[in-house]
Amino acid sequence: MASNRNSSRHQTARHRLSVIAGHLQRPADSNAAVLAVECKAQEIKPTVKTGDKSEGRTVPRRRQEIMKWNGWGYSDSRFLFNKKGQAEFTGRRYRLSGMIIPNLKDWFEGTFGANLQHKTPATPILNSSAVQRPTLNEVFVEELKSTGIPFSHEAEDRVFRSHGHCLHEIFALREGKIGRLPDMVIWPNCHNDVVKIVELACKHNVCLIPYGGGTSVSSALECPPEETRSIVSLDTSQMNRILWIDEKNLTAHVESGIVGQDLERLLNESGYCTGHEPDSMEFSSLGGWVATRASGMKKNIYGNIEDLVVHIKMVTPRGVIEKSCQGPRMSMGPDIHHFILGSEGTLGVVTEVTMKIRPMPEYQKYGSVVFPSFEQGVACLREVARQRCAPASIRLMDNEQFKFGHALKPQVSSIFTSFLDGLKTFYITKFKGFDPNRLCVATLLFEGDRERVLQHEKQVYDIAAKFGGLAAGEDNGQRGYMLTFVIAYLRDLGMDYYVIGESFETSVPWDRVLDICRNVKARIIRECKDKGVQFPPLSTCRVTQTYDAGACVYFYFAFNYRGLSDPVHVYEQVEHAAREEILANGGSLSHHHGVGKLRKEWMRETVSNVGVGMLKSVKDYVDPNNIFGNRNLL
Amino acid sequence: MDIVEDKRCCFDFSFAFRTFSPPPYKVAPACSTAELNRAVLESQYLRYEIKEVAVETGSSVEEVRDEVCRILREMSQNLQLRFIRLMAFTVRKVFKRIFSAIYVNMEGVNALQQAAQESPVILMPNHRSYVDFLVVSYILFSYDIPLPVIAAGIPLAGMKIVGEILRRSGAFFIRRAIRSDKLYWAVLSEYVRTIVRSGFAPLEFFVEGLRSRTLKSLPPKLGMMHMILEPFLKGEVYDVTLVPISISYDRVLEESLLAHELLGVPKPRESTTGLLKASKVLRENYGCMHVNFGRPLSVRQLCEGKLNRSQYNLIPRDLPQKPNAETEACGSWLAHMIVRIQEEGTLTSPWSLMACVLLQVPTAALTEEGLLFHQLTEQTLWLRKLALDFGAHLSWPEKLSDSEVMSSTLALHRSVVYRKAGRVYLVRGDEPERKHPISPEEDMMRMAVAFLMLVSYRNQCLHVFVRPALLALAMSITKSTQRDELLTCFCFLQELFSNEFIFIPGRSSQDFDEACSLLKKCKAVHVSLWDVTVSDTGLAVLLFLQELLKPFIDSYQLMFRFLCEERDCVFTEKEFLLAVRTLAAKLIISGELHTYEALSSDVQKNVLSALRRLGAVTRIKTSENNEYKVNKSAVRRTGDMLAGRIPPQVVQAVPDARL
Repeated sequence: MASNRNSSRHQTARHRLSVIAGHLQRPADSNAAVLAVECKAQEIKPTVKTGDKSEGRTVPRRRQEIMKWNGWGYSDSRFLFNKKGQAEFTGRRYRLSGMIIPNLKDWFEGTFGANLQHKTPATPILNSSAVQRPTLNEVFVEELKSTGIPFSHEAEDRVFRSHGHCLHEIFALREGKIGRLPDMVIWPNCHNDVVKIVELACKHNVCLIPYGGGTSVSSALECPPEETRSIVSLDTSQMNRILWIDEKNLTAHVESGIVGQDLERLLNESGYCTGHEPDSMEFSSLGGWVATRASGMKKNIYGNIEDLVVHIKMVTPRGVIEKSCQGPRMSMGPDIHHFILGSEGTLGVVTEVTMKIRPMPEYQKYGSVVFPSFEQGVACLREVARQRCAPASIRLMDNEQFKFGHALKPQVSSIFTSFLDGLKTFYITKFKGFDPNRLCVATLLFEGDRERVLQHEKQVYDIAAKFGGLAAGEDNGQRGYMLTFVIAYLRDLGMDYYVIGESFETSVPWDRVLDICRNVKARIIRECKDKGVQFPPLSTCRVTQTYDAGACVYFYFAFNYRGLSDPVHVYEQVEHAAREEILANGGSLSHHHGVGKLRKEWMRETVSNVGVGMLKSVKDYVDPNNIFGNRNLL
Repeated sequence: MDIVEDKRCCFDFSFAFRTFSPPPYKVAPACSTAELNRAVLESQYLRYEIKEVAVETGSSVEEVRDEVCRILREMSQNLQLRFIRLMAFTVRKVFKRIFSAIYVNMEGVNALQQAAQESPVILMPNHRSYVDFLVVSYILFSYDIPLPVIAAGIPLAGMKIVGEILRRSGAFFIRRAIRSDKLYWAVLSEYVRTIVRSGFAPLEFFVEGLRSRTLKSLPPKLGMMHMILEPFLKGEVYDVTLVPISISYDRVLEESLLAHELLGVPKPRESTTGLLKASKVLRENYGCMHVNFGRPLSVRQLCEGKLNRSQYNLIPRDLPQKPNAETEACGSWLAHMIVRIQEEGTLTSPWSLMACVLLQVPTAALTEEGLLFHQLTEQTLWLRKLALDFGAHLSWPEKLSDSEVMSSTLALHRSVVYRKAGRVYLVRGDEPERKHPISPEEDMMRMAVAFLMLVSYRNQCLHVFVRPALLALAMSITKSTQRDELLTCFCFLQELFSNEFIFIPGRSSQDFDEACSLLKKCKAVHVSLWDVTVSDTGLAVLLFLQELLKPFIDSYQLMFRFLCEERDCVFTEKEFLLAVRTLAAKLIISGELHTYEALSSDVQKNVLSALRRLGAVTRIKTSENNEYKVNKSAVRRTGDMLAGRIPPQVVQAVPDARL
């Protein structure tokens, strides 16, 4: 182990390691510099059920066994209003699980004008008769059988892979409506399996759609309705191993199907981490990150996915693309990795990735700062970026989102804590004169060795003080981050009560941050009014990432759709308008969600004709028969 | 319509000291004048411009910066509530004395109040009188709406005490002719943009640029328009709300002053003593004043699809950037549209209609024999019906009988006409005591003053008739009934007269259709897909409309003739004005020319600009004395087209940007 300063964590890791050591067939002796694992397909007879093999991993082949088929996340975790009308979060997986959230109901009713009496429950179980019969390419299926790669054409498996998590996709599922969906799902176990599948698909002209974590919010997983060939969903979830860890160069070679939480947990066991933590990291996969140019909240320390990858292996209809070495930087013409990063499954399947790893940080500390206004908050973030002293994560939530976060405060057990809370509120609003309807909060996360974290913390708080910021405690900070993990669960709750919503993001130069936030929020409110939405919408934003030359801004938008005949259409019109507004204000088409099919109409104006032509010619060369036919991007 | 004057009963004093608590603009944190000035001075944009100017002129950055401070000091307003109270107090006193009533449309005020809370508001009144300057602030003060800062001409700042009072009532001052002064332009535009951006206060400016000497709408100035558009186009504000305001007067305070000015008597310099001397105007009655607040217009909605805002994405927004053609066109379109809305919002007074009628009576008849009162009444009533058909809003008192209205109107305007023994006569200009008999020229000039006053009041309602009148004129010029021929001629006339009347650029064919449908509505013409023909009963209407524009045609032809006959091809503007005035005076005395309008410097200047636009005259020197060069054959051709001797061609005119 590289680090043994934190001995308690080290011991936990060792314990966990020993539990699954046998399964991994890896010596628990962690002094080995290189740990190698071979392809499962070579060690396991194809007839053997591989279900037990995924023990310790989050994602089973039959995902619907632990995850919702028509909503976000685990089946056992959801928000609901109990008989007393109090909100609670079920399950045992999260910090919030099993807790009562007393303020949520008032916030929910107050913000949306929703009413607990007016429910819109989802269709509870999938009606298989509503599912189209699969169009199978018989020869392909025959030849596939002979390879021994597991596959399925059961309705439940196919429906699960027919969508991402866009509002319109989830809304349709809740109503039991299912459109074009994959005809078959395949679970390759390793790179070689993928090579075989792609060869067969080319041979028999079958359309392949790679499927990683299924957390797309760009309609990227939607099957093109005009596709007449058999569509095969290539689920990478079983390619989920760390093949080796190179402690001398601090890299790890990982199969692309591994989801974020598994990757992080397994690396932690060896004392390492990637530090790549997108909000969807519980479910999104490494391959998906590469294919969409993902960004993690701690990118200030670790970098975004393009900074993290050292080597990528991708299977395309033309063959396998990869570099011959692992040099840290190269000057060899345009970087071929950049054809792969952000290709959104249109060129091939990413199978293996070598990425940088870091020793686990010794010390982590949350923090938060309250600012009297959003303007001052943005000015502070800008200054932090100017001095290049951003902590692992720094986010600035606007007033609405601050209130939202506040509504998620779990019930406090002691009178003392609630008294303290009251005192804090009093201090900020009365003593310091902050307007509760204008103030906003920045949440912080520091990482590193203890001394430096404390030093760093002081530096950041000093800057904040210059902009009128007041330190507001670790708890507020941590809750801020929690909001991003549970927001998707909250959307499901909203959808039970006539409230629909979604998030979208952009990146924008510093001088336009305030303007874009104000204008996009105002545009959303105006459009909702014009489109006949009866209640004022929730239109809120936060600045989630800082860069030298700009920032990433993230918007939440939700409204109560009672009285609308086609709420999804209204929603889409408003989102469309909001995106136009973003582009008109100098924002980018996407910072990390990707383009998919949802935003491809704007590709030409954002990357120019020549740009589109370049991308198109790559596609034409790599995949002339459009085997990877999800029609994203172009 | 409600009366502001319902407050007449309460004391001026308590009115001035009422609690003034306008609801604030939602995003604006309160900001003081000093902070505003500092923000302007320290803006990235000005820092850049200062550096640039320093390099160009070879002076140091500090010197240029000092100059900027000086400009800013000279320009900036210093809005203070206590001066507003003072102003409210005096204004109320004065208004109560000189106006019988001030009417305000309440729905407009309410809409404005709403709009002021949502986005930066630009108040855009028309400008007919110095009174305009105060009346809007006065009304906003009465209705708890944030008080505006007002763009005013620099001469006002030069007045002792008054200038300072205006400044503290929210006026900021702009020099004239500043296009070429880069630094001044930069300071002004940043000042205006900062006000809009920060939502400091509603901004009031006169899009026509000047007080209209002729009481006709002036072609809008575009510089200010672009300054207020920019914060929206660059995304610095979500939206900008434009509120056109139409102020109509029964009788304008400066009526005779304006007429004299048009005849070449220089305008007296604005001075405090002058103002005090002018206090004799306070002894007269000026009838009613109508202030119509137009529906607030969202710039965002108006520009939807017309402009690509992402054009500003690739250059830092603080850097100076010339608006591109698309933006220029959009600004011009918006400004013209605002002026049209102002026109539509004004009320046409009975007197204005009477002026139209009186001007169609032969001059001699009006001065010597007089016009029968009942004849005047009859024709005015006929015209009232026509105006209503054309969609005009009239300020015709409803409670009075028609003859009462006529008499009271004549009484109000006894400076122009008088009634004696059932006949109506024109008043000759003020007659100073003279020993020797007056010469014909002097006599003519005295007539001219009265005529031009009459002309001004006619101008107040010209916008109601101008589109159908142009069609009527096109029908008489082309002697054709074919729609496309008429349209071509119509467009030619619009182009020629685009300084005289306001036409929204690029809307000629809609204007033509509107003209057709209006004439059809009053049963003057039959309109089919291909033809426009006169109906049996329509001749009277058409003749009236043609006669309405005849003074313009005659004046234009006169000047065309003059230009063609002049030996010299190059002349200065001053020379031209003087020569034309002499020629016109001669012809009027000899009875060859029947309109006094050719004497008006306004018409003379408009001819020059029209010819410039048509490419028949070119400006060769821009300075104090503009110098022009004439292309005689082009002028002759234009004259021939106007006379119907050759078919008109529409020249693609170069749009000129003016401040």
